[in-house]
Amino acid sequence: MDFVNAIILLLNYIFIPALTYGSQLALGAIFVTLIYGILRFANFATGDMMSFGTMATILFTWYFQSLGVSLGVLPTALLAIPFGIIFMIFYMLLIDKFVFKYYRQQKSPPVQFAMVSIGVMFVTQAVVRIIIGPADRRFFDGEKFIIKAREFKEMTGLNEGLALKSTQVITIFVTIVLVSLLFWFLNRTKTGKSMKAYSDNEDLALLSGIDPKKIVLVTWIIAGILATIGGALYGLDKSFKPFTYFNNMLPIFAAAIVGGIGNPFGAFLGGYVIAFSEILLTYAYKKFFMYILPESMEPNSLVQLLSTDYKFAVSFSILVIVLIYRPSGIFKGKVL
Amino acid sequence: MMVLILLVGIFQSWNIALSIFNLCLISAVMTMGANIQWGYAGLINFGIMGYTALGGLAAVLISVDPVQEAWRAGGFDILMSLWLIVVMVLVIRFILKRFEKSKIRSYSIAAIIISGILLIRFSAEPGIEAIEAVDPAKTGFLGGFGLPIIFSWIVGALFAGGLAFIVGKVALGLRADYLAIATLLISEIVVAIIKHEDWLTRGVKNVIGLKRPAPYEVDLQTTDWFINLVEKFNSGKLSVIENLADRQAALNQLVIEGSSVFVKLCYSGLFLVVVIILLILTQKALYSPWGRMMRAIRDNEEAANAMGKNVVKQHLLIFILGSAIVGIAGAMLVTQDGLFTPGSYRPMRYTFLIWVMVIVGGSGNNFGAILGGFVVWFLWIESAPIALFLINFFTVGIPATNALKAHLIESVPYFRFLMMGLGLLFIMRFRPKGVLPEKIEIK
Repeated sequence: MDFVNAIILLLNYIFIPALTYGSQLALGAIFVTLIYGILRFANFATGDMMSFGTMATILFTWYFQSLGVSLGVLPTALLAIPFGIIFMIFYMLLIDKFVFKYYRQQKSPPVQFAMVSIGVMFVTQAVVRIIIGPADRRFFDGEKFIIKAREFKEMTGLNEGLALKSTQVITIFVTIVLVSLLFWFLNRTKTGKSMKAYSDNEDLALLSGIDPKKIVLVTWIIAGILATIGGALYGLDKSFKPFTYFNNMLPIFAAAIVGGIGNPFGAFLGGYVIAFSEILLTYAYKKFFMYILPESMEPNSLVQLLSTDYKFAVSFSILVIVLIYRPSGIFKGKVL
Repeated sequence: MMVLILLVGIFQSWNIALSIFNLCLISAVMTMGANIQWGYAGLINFGIMGYTALGGLAAVLISVDPVQEAWRAGGFDILMSLWLIVVMVLVIRFILKRFEKSKIRSYSIAAIIISGILLIRFSAEPGIEAIEAVDPAKTGFLGGFGLPIIFSWIVGALFAGGLAFIVGKVALGLRADYLAIATLLISEIVVAIIKHEDWLTRGVKNVIGLKRPAPYEVDLQTTDWFINLVEKFNSGKLSVIENLADRQAALNQLVIEGSSVFVKLCYSGLFLVVVIILLILTQKALYSPWGRMMRAIRDNEEAANAMGKNVVKQHLLIFILGSAIVGIAGAMLVTQDGLFTPGSYRPMRYTFLIWVMVIVGGSGNNFGAILGGFVVWFLWIESAPIALFLINFFTVGIPATNALKAHLIESVPYFRFLMMGLGLLFIMRFRPKGVLPEKIEIK
C-alpha cells in the first residue's frame, strides 16, 4: 500500500505538473524553432508574442462571457482561442510586413534580426500593457477539477490524494492533437515538405521553384497558432501576467536549444526535458522516502536536491551543459 | 542633451534633473562596456544584468561592516566549503591536464562535480542556517569588510571580470545569436544565486543603508559653512523677505533642498571622473594597434587568424574588459542608491535597455555610447510625462470621463516601452550604424 501511495505522490506532484508545464513549453519551443529554422533568427519577442495572443484570447473570452456564451464545464477560453489566433496571426503578419521583411530582403545577418526582434519585443510589451494592463489575471471558468484529491482518497482508500485539474487534461490533450497535426503537416503535405526544404537549403529550395513568400506566410500562421495556444494554455493553467510571459521566454529558448534548434520534434521533446528536470531536481522527496523506506531509515531533512528558488537556474544550467558538450542539441538540430 | 537636462532642472526641479543626470552617467558607463564588446569586437553580450548585479554585490561586500556574530556562528563552515570548491577545481584541472580526452575522463569529471556539489551542500548547510539565524531582521548574513565603498568600484570590476572569464571560456565559441541566449541565461543564473543565497547577500531582504562616499543631507543641514553657502547663493531672493522669522523659515527650506542637490552633485562629480577616465582609456585603445587588431578580428576573423592573431584569446580579453566596465557601473549604481535590492535586477532594465542605448548611440563609437546612454535614459524617465502630454494634446476635445481616454492616461507608464521599441526599430531601419556612427581616422 505504501508503495502505491508513493507512486501516487510522485504522479500528483511531479509527473502531471511536469507533463503540463512541459507541454506549454513545448508549444513555445516549436514556435521558436520554426522561426529559427525558416526565418533564420532567434526571436527575442517570443514570450511577448505569446502574451499578445493570450491577451487577444482573454479579450474574446470576456466578450463571450458578457454575451452569456459558455461551454458548460469547459472554459469559455477554448471558444475564444480561434479568434485569438486570427488576431495574433494578423498582428504577426503586420510586424513581418513592416519590420522583418526589409531585413529579409537585405539578407541581414541573424544578429541584426535578433536586435530587431528586441525592438518588436519592446513594442509588443507596450501594446499588451497598454491594452490590458500589467496585472495578474485569471480567465478560467467552468469545472476546475476532474478528480479532487479528497474524492480520490475516499474512492481508493489511499493516504495520498491525486488531484487532476481540468486545465492539465486540456493542456495535454490539446498539445497532443496540435503537435500531431503539425507533424502531419510538416511531413506529409506539399507545403510542409517545401518548408523543410527551405529550412535545410534556401538556395536549392528556391531553385526548385518554392515560393519564399508563401513559406514565410505559412510559417507565421503556424507560429501564430502555436503562440496563441501555448500562451492561452499557460494562462488557463496558471494565470496571465505579461511579466511572467516575458520570463517564460528563457526556459522556452532552453527547450528549443536543448532539443536541437531548427528541429521541431527536438523542440517538442526539449520542452519535456526542461520541465521534468526543473521539477525533479527541485522537489522535496521527504514524503516519498517516508513511504518506501522502513521507519528506521526515514530521512530528517527535506531530501531536496536544490531549493525551488533555483527552478529556472536548473533549466539554464542544462542549456549551458548542452551548449558546451553537444551544441547541436540532443536531437541534432542545425550545427552551430 | 545637456540642455534637455537643464530644462528639466528649470521646469521640474534640480533634484530630479540631477538624479536623471547621475543615472545617465551610470548608463553611459554600462553602455561603454557593452560597446567595446559589440562595437570593437562584434561580441554580443546579453548578460549585462548579471555583471551589474555582481558589481552591486561587490559594493555590499566591501562597505558593510562584518557581522562578527555570524562569522563566529558559521564562518568556519563557509570557509571550509570555499576550500572544498578550490580543491575541486584543482582536481579537475589536474585531471584535464594529466589524462587524454576520453569518455572515462568526462564521466569522472562529471562524477567529481556532482559529488563535490552534494558534499559542499551538506557541509555548508549548518553554517548557512546558523548565519541566517543571527538576527535575521537586521543582518542574517556575513557582512562585508567595512571598507570605504569607493573601493568596491574596483572590486566590482574584478568580480565582473572574473565571471566574464568563466562565461567567456564556456560560451565564446558559440555563434552570435547563441552567445546572446547563453549569456542572457547565465546572467539569470547569477541573479538567481544572488537572490537566494541569503548568507552572502541577504537575498530579497535587501541590504539598506550602505555607507556613502558623499556627505549625508542631515549632517549638511546643520553645518555652518553649508548654510552660509546657501544663504549667499540665494541672498537676492532672501533679502526680499522683510520678516525675520519668515526669512529664517525660507532659508531652512532652501537648505533642505540645497543639501540633497549638493549630495547629488558630489555623486555627479565622482561619476564624471569615472566616465572621463574610461572615455580617455577607451579612445586610446580604439586608436591603438590593439584596437586595429580588434576591428580586423571583428571584420574578418579568418583573415586575422591567418595573420597570426590569437582570435580566441583576444575575444576572451575584450569580453572580460567590457564586463569589468559594466561591473564598475553596477557598483556605482548601488553606491548612489545606498541600497542593494537583488529583486530589482531584471533583464528588461539592465540588459535590453542598455542594448537599445548601444544601438541608438552608435556601436563602435565611444561618444556614441555616451550619447546613447544619455538620450535613452532621459527618454526612459521622461517618456511618461511626454506621453501624458501627447495624449492630452490629441484628445483635447474628449471629456476626461471618456473610458478610452481614462484608460490611456492610466497606462501612461507603459508608453516608455513603446517609445524604446519604436526608437530602436527606426534607428535599425534608417540609421543602422547609430546616431554617431563609427568613425575611424587613418592617419
